[in-house]
Amino acid sequence: MSDVKKIATRDSYGNALAELGAEFSDFLVLDADLAGATKTGVFKKAFPERFIDCGIAESNMTGIAAGIATTGTPVFISSFAMFASGRNYEQVRNSIGYPHLNVKIGATHAGITVGEDGATHQCLEDIALMREIPGMTVIVPSDDVEAKAAVRAALTTEGPMYMRFGRAAVPVINDNPDYKFEIGKAVKLKEGSDITIFANGVCVAEAMGAAELLANDGINAEVINVHTVKPLDVDAVIASAAKTGRVFTVEEHFIVGGLGSAVAETITAAPVSVLDKRVQVTRIGINDQFGQSGPAGELMKHYKLDAAGIYEQIKAAL
Amino acid sequence: MNKKELELKAIDVREGIIKAVHSAKSGHPGGSLSAADMYTYLYFKEMNVDPSNPKNPDRDRFVLSKGHTAPGYYSALANRGFFPVEDLTTLRKLGSYLQGHPCMNETPGVDMSSGSLGQGLSAAVGMALNGQLKNKDYRVYALMGDGEIQEGQIWEAAMFAGAHKLSNLVAIVDNNNLQIDGCVADVCDIYPIDKKFEAFNFNVININGHDFDEIADAFAKARECKDKPTAIIMKTVKGKGISFMEDKAGWHGKAPNDEEFEIALKELSASREAIMGGNV
Repeated sequence: MSDVKKIATRDSYGNALAELGAEFSDFLVLDADLAGATKTGVFKKAFPERFIDCGIAESNMTGIAAGIATTGTPVFISSFAMFASGRNYEQVRNSIGYPHLNVKIGATHAGITVGEDGATHQCLEDIALMREIPGMTVIVPSDDVEAKAAVRAALTTEGPMYMRFGRAAVPVINDNPDYKFEIGKAVKLKEGSDITIFANGVCVAEAMGAAELLANDGINAEVINVHTVKPLDVDAVIASAAKTGRVFTVEEHFIVGGLGSAVAETITAAPVSVLDKRVQVTRIGINDQFGQSGPAGELMKHYKLDAAGIYEQIKAAL
Repeated sequence: MNKKELELKAIDVREGIIKAVHSAKSGHPGGSLSAADMYTYLYFKEMNVDPSNPKNPDRDRFVLSKGHTAPGYYSALANRGFFPVEDLTTLRKLGSYLQGHPCMNETPGVDMSSGSLGQGLSAAVGMALNGQLKNKDYRVYALMGDGEIQEGQIWEAAMFAGAHKLSNLVAIVDNNNLQIDGCVADVCDIYPIDKKFEAFNFNVININGHDFDEIADAFAKARECKDKPTAIIMKTVKGKGISFMEDKAGWHGKAPNDEEFEIALKELSASREAIMGGNV
């Protein structure tokens, strides 16, 4: 794996904004004093007249974006996931979600891979918070290719959207000619027959690694990248669950409220006509605890979200 | 529209408030009535709006940051012709386009959904900012409650507006001195309001919010100011125009019963006749 190209999806976000800036003249990018970290600084450098720094005031930034959107200009707002979904949760709900405004939330530094900053900055509930807002699209890209495609889709699709990006560099796994990003369409990365692993974000590459380890034990895992948590690709979830009969979800998020919940809810609610057997769902993620400081890689290992940890958890559950 | 016509129109707006809230059996008459003259002036004199083209991109915008006083907003919009005045009595009822708090996707003329206190000024700032960036001539008005400015987000928005010299923005504070739990000074003292906005680099104007001459003068001064946003701090009486509601925190969020409703309408009729007086 050492020769695999690695790029943090926050870099993808900044680069995509700058590329889109050259292509589309009417959209704005807002940040809250984190342009260097969220990488909106790349856009700022290219298009300073279309970049607004709101200062350290995420709630106000969210409301400003709502006001801008009412005047017909699409707008991206950016901060760390903790402050782009948590600090300003109610502003997102009431000022963006309820009026269904065309605001795109680019949340970076999500999850434990924030690393050394520790628990206060390791947002593990953003997907849960954003997913229940009516009309909100929620995307968790797995790599550079997918992240850039998601940002483009965000600009060219009307309505509120939450995109989750990471701080740490992750392997580029979708760099192939067949890859196609479509909001709400899961991507099958590996066919399998024994179990299904649904993953998103940084956990997709790790899940692929876990599938390799499982193969050594004779377990043929299907791996599906669910980059869009909402609207969930229900057909893909049900089809694979029906096929393998055993489901795992892996995400850098609390096991409540995120991808695991979305998949479990979908499978539980499926009518017998589409899913005629009981399918057990094991949710892998962070379970009812805050994170802690440490290098991203070590934290992924500690919380058993790296390939070996996922493999271990799946083996223990089977 | 001259001063007397505005005063008469304000009676119509107050009548709409009373009828709507009475019909809904809930709602917020106190703060609707304290701002009724302001609503009237904004929609009948100050703002460039067209009821036949409510989404005109070049229109002036209004954000009711103190969204609970929607009855006053709706009554002004209805009287201005955005929708039938008769529909005011559907307020807060199931299926009505007149929601308990303003919804921009339901109600013609409403520029921003609001109601969660503290958020409206930020949205108004966003509108004003994009107007400034695009060299548009439209102006943006936001109405806040005095209790509402206890919300921290108001000051985030004020800081931004001052820093960006949003001279196309007018932030209005309805200083009726009462919030749900009592006097604003007792609950959590907000005074001095004007000095606070001055410190946030606003052009600050103190007025009597029930005097149309002072209101007109304030907006004229706001237009003259080219390098700062304007804050109009208007002293008002909560429940203004209905004797038994005036200056009573208890009428913040309570509907009149049938008896009170009749008294209120009679008082408004008497006020109308008094204004028309010998000059008609």
